[in-house]
Amino acid sequence: MNKRPERMARTHELVKAGLARRRAAEVRFRVYGLISIVGGLCFLFTLFGSIVGHAGAAFQQTFVALDVRFDTEILAPDGKWDQEARMAADYGALLKQSLAAAFPGVRERQQKRALSALLSNGAAFELRQMLEARPDLLGKSETVWVPAASDADSYAKGQIDRSVDESERRLSDQQLAWLDKLAAEGRLQKRFNTTFFTAGDSREPELAGIRGAITGSMLTLLVTLLLSLPIGMATAVYLEEFAPRNRWTDIIEVNINNLAAVPSIVFGLLGLAVFINVFGLTRSSPLVGGFVLTLMTLPVIIIAGRSALKAVPPSIREAALGIGASHMQTVFHHVLPLAVPGILTGAIIGMARALGESAPLLMIGMVAFIVDIPSGISEPATVLPVQIYLWADSPERGFVERTSAAILVLLVFLIVMNGTAVYLRKRFERRW
Amino acid sequence: MQKSTLVFLLLLLSALAFHFGRQKSLDSAAGQVRNLHSLPGYYGYYTALWCGLPALMLLFLWLLFETPAIVHLVVASLPPEMASLPADRLSLLINDIRNVVSGQTSASDPVIQAAAKHYRELRETSNLLLTGFAITLSLAGAVFARQRVRSDFRARNRVEKAIMGFLIGSSLVAILTTVGIVLSVLFESIRFFQLVPASEFLFGLDWSPQVAIRSDQVGSSGAFGAIPLFTGTLLIALIAMAVAVPIGLLSAIYLAEYASRRFRAVAKPLLEILAGIPTVVYGFFAALTVAPFVRDLGTSLGLSVSSESALAAGLVMGIMIIPFVCSLSDDFINAVPQSLRDGAYALGATQSETIRKVVIPAALPGIVGGILLGVSRAIGETMIVVMAAGLSANLTFNPLSAVTTVTTQIVTLLVGDQEFDSPKTLAAFALGLVLFVVTLGLNVLALHIVRKYREQYE
Repeated sequence: MNKRPERMARTHELVKAGLARRRAAEVRFRVYGLISIVGGLCFLFTLFGSIVGHAGAAFQQTFVALDVRFDTEILAPDGKWDQEARMAADYGALLKQSLAAAFPGVRERQQKRALSALLSNGAAFELRQMLEARPDLLGKSETVWVPAASDADSYAKGQIDRSVDESERRLSDQQLAWLDKLAAEGRLQKRFNTTFFTAGDSREPELAGIRGAITGSMLTLLVTLLLSLPIGMATAVYLEEFAPRNRWTDIIEVNINNLAAVPSIVFGLLGLAVFINVFGLTRSSPLVGGFVLTLMTLPVIIIAGRSALKAVPPSIREAALGIGASHMQTVFHHVLPLAVPGILTGAIIGMARALGESAPLLMIGMVAFIVDIPSGISEPATVLPVQIYLWADSPERGFVERTSAAILVLLVFLIVMNGTAVYLRKRFERRW
Repeated sequence: MQKSTLVFLLLLLSALAFHFGRQKSLDSAAGQVRNLHSLPGYYGYYTALWCGLPALMLLFLWLLFETPAIVHLVVASLPPEMASLPADRLSLLINDIRNVVSGQTSASDPVIQAAAKHYRELRETSNLLLTGFAITLSLAGAVFARQRVRSDFRARNRVEKAIMGFLIGSSLVAILTTVGIVLSVLFESIRFFQLVPASEFLFGLDWSPQVAIRSDQVGSSGAFGAIPLFTGTLLIALIAMAVAVPIGLLSAIYLAEYASRRFRAVAKPLLEILAGIPTVVYGFFAALTVAPFVRDLGTSLGLSVSSESALAAGLVMGIMIIPFVCSLSDDFINAVPQSLRDGAYALGATQSETIRKVVIPAALPGIVGGILLGVSRAIGETMIVVMAAGLSANLTFNPLSAVTTVTTQIVTLLVGDQEFDSPKTLAAFALGLVLFVVTLGLNVLALHIVRKYREQYE
């Protein structure tokens, strides 16, 4: 008769015995979850930390002060000093002479060459520009700050370890001693690296900049935006508002969803085979790049546009139709304006993705080494992510920090774009 | 006339046509809008469309066919011994002529000089013809449309039809893209399989795509067995998923079930930043930071680790996929009805037991779908492996050695000079075909699973 309470007591005991273990399991499970989130965030911070840590140095460039005598005999040996003579003059010799004056002890050829290696190849160009602006300097002397070579720059930034054996260093003991002497005389100075923002690509790290890549990116994005926004909006409007429910529209829908997940490199193959080989458009041009990125971003814009249109309540449509607007008028005068913030948010996110994309652009030749800053959409260009890829492949030490700096610039652009999208969504989002 | 000027002019003409069409409609209705079938603006749009569209279409077609036509005419006018050169020499010659035309080089050869002059003349004639035709067409269109404008003319219906045409045309772009991808990849692949048998490509164990320039060169006969690439891709994707699935899934569970509202509001966007970082940045991070770290770690443990190990590339790729797995799983966990949880609690289950025994099994199809999408991303990811994985096609499953992947090989084969008849270039398209088919299959499967699951609770 009293079997039931007995059984319950036994169950109680069993539950109680297991309780501690189960509580521990509960805590463990929670901690696993927390650890993985913290782990994920750690990855994020390591990534940012590593890039910011490397990038800092790129925003500074070391300059060397030289007392340059603008020797008439070197610059204008035949007495002529016109535009042409200024273009052709031997500015390298001028630099050598100034260095020899600064370091009178250096006589041997090899040593002289080692000394010249401390200055950037761009130093002579700097002198030329200076004389073109002020031709009257001929025959006079002046202290000129010229950019140091990449290795000297690294040393000035403390990136070269003196304790390493001389043969494994980029600079010899002698060169380091010269640099120390220059530094002691106050002839070494680190300045803000304007070249990085005003120059195109270069083989020399100290002369390389991202302006060409940024211009290329802007042109490519412009083409992408001008094509993908109207086409994407039109597709979204058609599918959401007009399309009859039949097999064809089903095919289009499935198609768009699948395109969104096709690897980006496949779009590159398409661009290469169709736009370049069949239509014969210029390789490496922002035009082709824009076409390829348009095809890539279209699904993003269409999907965002459709959900924005879907969010507009049917009562708006019914009201417009009720007072006699045509279907088209209803959509374009009433529904679309209400969906624009959502569509724009999707478009900005799509553009941000296009800005960071590089794999398909490698396929269509935007990976070429291009020094000039592109001035039109049919000229060869490269884009910022591809520039990053190119620099990351370069062996020179100076390119590591420049790669990081370029990444930083790219991330700033992306953060601004995504921030705008979030702001737009917050500001104009309407709950019906 | 420059083409951009021409476009501008056509737009200007259209704007004028808009004005005239609108005015005409008002005139025909004696200034009373209610006598008109449509609003006056529609008559304007109608006229403007007739004015601008045909001319712009002509311009577009002209741009498409102008250069080939001119080149054809120039080649026809060349002396016969030059015009009959083999195709590749001829294209070099045409390039020379074009360079002279654009003023980049000056020609010493009188034949080329003459050809360049001819080219320039033809271009000018073509421009003149285009300008004439386009403007005539545009004016004719405007006049025709303006004539049709009457008070009972159904302008709105016509304009809406044109807009509808644009809408439908736009939605066909997506289809055309897919068709374009399939055709371009398929055609080149077929050409490849004519040179290299498909069985050798799919089942061969040796990959060395360098084809000899001279027949007597050693060791460069070219072998196109893609198995090492497939195993390499799988290995890296496997490592990536081994990182992404546990971290992503556990994060999603914590965010969905345990985290406070405030913690969630901070942690979720932060994790999603990982998804917005360009892959080239991950590639740089992998090559600069992770790969040396993995190598040093391995060396200190007494293992020999390649500096381009699959492990480093896979780890970083896993980090990239975390937010993807996390946000998809999060959605599906949230979609599990609360009643299921309440039922489990009522039976005395703890929260973790409820999650493990009730919530996760209920959300499993969706999570599996999400993971499959993640795998498809890992397989198609390019920049990380190009920058951090190697180029040597080793047939191995050792994560510490260097392997290469399908995407890496596509990039290596296609960057730089290409000849479109060498198996080396065509091999890239065959690899692209495999990549496209595999990822498409995974996506279709994943979407199918996800859709089926969604229907369950809705």
